[in-house]
Amino acid sequence: MKTLLQGNAAVARGLYEAGCAFVSSYPGTPSTEITEEAAKYDEICCEWAPNEKVAMEAAFGACLAGKRAFCGMKHVGLNVAADPLFTMSYTGVNAGLVIGVADDAGMHSSQNEQDSRHHAIAAKVPMLEPSDSAEALAFTKLAFEISERFDTPVLLKMCTRVSHSQSVVETGERMVPPERPYEKDIAKYVMMPGNAKKRHPVVEDRTKALRAYFEAGFQQYKEGDRDVTIVLNRIEMRNEEEVVSPFAKHLGIITSSTSYQYVKEVFGNRASILKLGAVNPLPDELLTEFAGEVDRVVVVEELDPVIEEHCKALGLKVEGKNILPLIDELSQNKVAYALREQVPQGKKLDDAIPVRPPVMCAGCPHRGVFYTLGKNKCVVLGDIGCYTLGAVAPLSAMEMTLCMGASVSAVHGFNKATGGESAKKTVGVIGDSTFMHSGMTGLANIAYNQSDSTVIILDNSITGMTGHQDNPTTGYNIKGDPAGKIDLEALCKAMGIENVSVVDPYDLAETDRIIKEETQKEGPSVIISRRPCVLLKNVRTAKPLRVNPDKCTGCTACMKIGCPAISMKEHPALRVPATSTTPRVAVVDQTLCVGCNVCVQMCHFDAYEGMSKEGITYAERGGKQS
Amino acid sequence: MKKTRNIMIVGVGGQGSLLASKLLGHLLLEEGYDVKVSEVHGMSQRGGSVVTYVRYGDKVYSPVIDEGEADVIVSFELLEAARYLSFLKPDGRIVTNTRQIDPMPVIIGAASYPADLVQKMRAKGVKVDALDCLSLAEEAGSAKAVNLVLLGRLSHYFEDIEEDAWDRAIEAVVPQRFVELNKKAFALGKALKE
Repeated sequence: MKTLLQGNAAVARGLYEAGCAFVSSYPGTPSTEITEEAAKYDEICCEWAPNEKVAMEAAFGACLAGKRAFCGMKHVGLNVAADPLFTMSYTGVNAGLVIGVADDAGMHSSQNEQDSRHHAIAAKVPMLEPSDSAEALAFTKLAFEISERFDTPVLLKMCTRVSHSQSVVETGERMVPPERPYEKDIAKYVMMPGNAKKRHPVVEDRTKALRAYFEAGFQQYKEGDRDVTIVLNRIEMRNEEEVVSPFAKHLGIITSSTSYQYVKEVFGNRASILKLGAVNPLPDELLTEFAGEVDRVVVVEELDPVIEEHCKALGLKVEGKNILPLIDELSQNKVAYALREQVPQGKKLDDAIPVRPPVMCAGCPHRGVFYTLGKNKCVVLGDIGCYTLGAVAPLSAMEMTLCMGASVSAVHGFNKATGGESAKKTVGVIGDSTFMHSGMTGLANIAYNQSDSTVIILDNSITGMTGHQDNPTTGYNIKGDPAGKIDLEALCKAMGIENVSVVDPYDLAETDRIIKEETQKEGPSVIISRRPCVLLKNVRTAKPLRVNPDKCTGCTACMKIGCPAISMKEHPALRVPATSTTPRVAVVDQTLCVGCNVCVQMCHFDAYEGMSKEGITYAERGGKQS
Repeated sequence: MKKTRNIMIVGVGGQGSLLASKLLGHLLLEEGYDVKVSEVHGMSQRGGSVVTYVRYGDKVYSPVIDEGEADVIVSFELLEAARYLSFLKPDGRIVTNTRQIDPMPVIIGAASYPADLVQKMRAKGVKVDALDCLSLAEEAGSAKAVNLVLLGRLSHYFEDIEEDAWDRAIEAVVPQRFVELNKKAFALGKALKE
């Protein structure tokens, strides 16, 4: 059936059609929907793991037991899972094992712009790179074939534009390959030095065999075999008739992934293209053959010059990052500009257009905590999640964000380095899902090496930023069914943290009292700030508040919490045109306000009206959230 | 070979532009075009500026629309129309909601919301359809139907697509109980004379 599918959904479809039986992942933009979509197929046992390392090891266990398995993550997740990856390269697999990794060139929702291809090269694992949804589906299926044929995990590299673009795919039927019963093989699966030394040469031979396979695949293709399983790498020679001048230099472009689409957009059939679907190992002979057939070779690739440097090592004369940017994602105009093609221009207004950065939602439970931390002039070491927006003005109450879990580990080091002096004014802040991912080991370090550190767990009962995924603290699994639920208080206490308190962040006075108390205490403290994300289905929002314009003095105290629903406007009864000196009063946007009542607590003049007694409430939740 | 056409849908995270792009994607695929629809998820969804690209033609390559390439920009919020103006072709058209949502720099007084944006864009020679979509959506029965009001107006610029096809697309992507409401919003947007 022909249908429009998002790249991530196409990977999920590929998993289904390839007979994949087990998926374990940790959510991360832009990879999340692969696993969410896979969970819609009853035939696949699908799970969210606490982190990418656990997910990859669980998937490895499943492949060892004889079932095709998959694990998905974003680029930085592969750093977390690099440990099992590098040694799985040595053990190889039993049934096929495919690892999906989605890069985020342009950093739409990431803390760095790393290029995952380096991981494939360093771990000596093959990597396939689709350029649209149809290839995402086909390459996923092929990745399992390659995994089993060459006894290796296979990396499937996605990127924001392939993951989150919908394009046309032809879907097929599910074909479950015969099971491969587990067989005890200590020499293959127990990677102690004696065994690993024997496996390393196997890995090197495998890379050679894979390189030859990718080369041979192309030769068969050239001879007319159009079997989809072998056209990973292909050459599209230019259409001579479309070249304006017979003297035009014959331009050859080596490219892959979404960059291929930009190249085709600019050149159509006017340039010859070597389109690579397998970016590790690269086909040396094919690269050389292609370079020999054209006058000028340019490598068009996003981020690092991986293909370009490989070509140069082969002694080929190629251009790349000398004309194309190393930073940010590419686009058709960037490719056109670099290759001196015509670049379309648009119009611009003379006015400065104010930026519209993402903000914490109206009613976000994180707001009260960051306001209170700012008020107490705390040094806040933060973490990865929606709450990273605590760093944005006017709250500006987060001073460090590095990677998953770093808040908890770093606050300990910070306080140790100052001899404990900083502990009364320094906190680590981490979300519930991020704490499960990598915060627990940091807390174990605090408990073991004893610093007076305070850790605030922002428990909003969901993994928020990636779009509401369940985690081990929510009590539900990926399918929305009841699951094991970790009790955060009991967990922290079991680790030896004696000071564990729970606070409702909508209550500013109580939040202030607890933060003051716990930061002053000797010994480690954990504060659990507990309120479900206001966007969850089981949360019942309250009616919007209003400001009485005759009571509001325009003092702007309520503006300090940075709520997108509150702004300063002219008094509604103003009869003359407003000027820049006209006094202003606070106004609540009735479509955005959800009645969390935090602003009410900021007002000294009782100007806020219409609050409900119970405010925002929430019921015991059930079922699916996303 | 027909040239690829480019539609950009812009707005503020949470405004519901996803349904609009889903509906367009469905419609254009049914009409036999090659289609690509591209959007960004994650942090930018939280009240930030969001953009969706819809491209269709005989064969579509790039999933994104670059500066100077959009035939039409459909905007859920006025400032966002102005923000992405440079993506419009010189002879392109903007179909925008006149609703204004202050971004955080404006809310905290660090920047101001430019005045008279529609007039300023027209003064640059840009064709602008400016509609008060919220009132029309409320007239149709829900403030959330702004997207269908905008699509109704947009349908003027798809001369070769018949009204039935739009109806079928609405029926296919909108939950059953909201079909009538959405059809009404679409009709109100379509009937609007600019």
